Amino acid sequence: MDSGLPGYRRDPGGTHPPLLTPEYGSTVLRAPHREPVVLPHSLTEITGPALGEGRVLPADHDLTRQHEGEPLGERIIVHGRVLDSDGRAVPDTLVELWQANSAGRYAHDRDQHPAPLDPNFTGVGRCLTDSSGRYRFVTLKPGAYPWRNHENAWRAQHLHFSLFGRAFVQRLVTQMYFPGDPLFYQDPIYNAVPSAARHRMVSAFDLSETVPEWALAYGFDIVLRGRDQTPMEA
Amino acid sequence: MDLTPSQTVGPFFAHALTWADGPDVVDSAAPGAFWLRGVVYDGAGEPVPDALIESWQASPEGRFDHPDDPRGAVAGFRGFGRCPTDPAGRWGIRTVRPGRVPGANGVLQAPHIDLSVFARGLLDRVVTRVYLPSEPSNVDDPVLMSVPDAVRGSLVAVPAVDGYRFDIRLQGEHETVFFSV
Repeated sequence: MDSGLPGYRRDPGGTHPPLLTPEYGSTVLRAPHREPVVLPHSLTEITGPALGEGRVLPADHDLTRQHEGEPLGERIIVHGRVLDSDGRAVPDTLVELWQANSAGRYAHDRDQHPAPLDPNFTGVGRCLTDSSGRYRFVTLKPGAYPWRNHENAWRAQHLHFSLFGRAFVQRLVTQMYFPGDPLFYQDPIYNAVPSAARHRMVSAFDLSETVPEWALAYGFDIVLRGRDQTPMEA
Repeated sequence: MDLTPSQTVGPFFAHALTWADGPDVVDSAAPGAFWLRGVVYDGAGEPVPDALIESWQASPEGRFDHPDDPRGAVAGFRGFGRCPTDPAGRWGIRTVRPGRVPGANGVLQAPHIDLSVFARGLLDRVVTRVYLPSEPSNVDDPVLMSVPDAVRGSLVAVPAVDGYRFDIRLQGEHETVFFSV
């Protein structure tokens, strides 16, 4: 290829959880057994969908204002930047958020946890990053909830995030956690990530972004892979 | 800066990550529109009812609506599809045959569609590529030819009534070839 094309660096080891993590039981029959084949980055991989116009409505970033009434729970602001690993902002990219309500239940047909649904909370948010890569959601702190992975298993409180970045190879789905959660030690999804990288999924309490007498705030920057210094692999 | 780690999409994403027009890479009036359908299976051969498939591909002319394409962005082709699996593990996107896209050293690749698979139990997405059958350029495609003969077939869709079928086997004897990107 012509030089100057933005290839992307491959993820360094120690970043992502191994697909086969037996402590998380659902991986056992779903993790591929064969080693993946290395795919050189061609134009298909260094491009990606431009999802913005028509995908995000003005109120989509405020999960507390999507129904007639206000949902019950602890109102929080979650904000941060989407960056690449060189610290460059990823502007105008779609950020998708979904979560359980404050009682620990998802507004999803198949969630059978006997905690109340909240008619005023769907738990789905969307926004586009601004020119500095910033995003901001208003939502509720999600409840912890039990699951059947092991005896008396509970998920640590978390928000789900989906990021597109600028390129197919930057696509990321992750989870944001809250500082000091006492459930971390027994959550195999959180612990599937190499220990040195787990803290990157934990948000930071951020007094500066709280709104007095209204909401606490947590900061969570999301880092996607950066560009290679050399042209695409040839 | 250190990368943010991947986590599973979990079982409860469908109300958040699906769109009414998600499967429509093109609308039904697009010339050459067809359905690419398949079933996602786990290592026990059971359908996976809580997976999400996303597709990304070039337009029929082999172009992208993207500023990093050095040939220039061509507006108007979405290129992207997303579809959750149903209780029987089935997914489908309506799309068109992509054009050929240059790969390493400018060599044209065979038409291909990149797929991401997300699911409960997948701590990171897995990525595969769909190639089309009876495509003469397949035999010269550097990616397809880099895959061992015995498993290459898992990357080639098969003809179906209204398009093509591409099943995804996450694990086991007939495991789909997945790529690290």
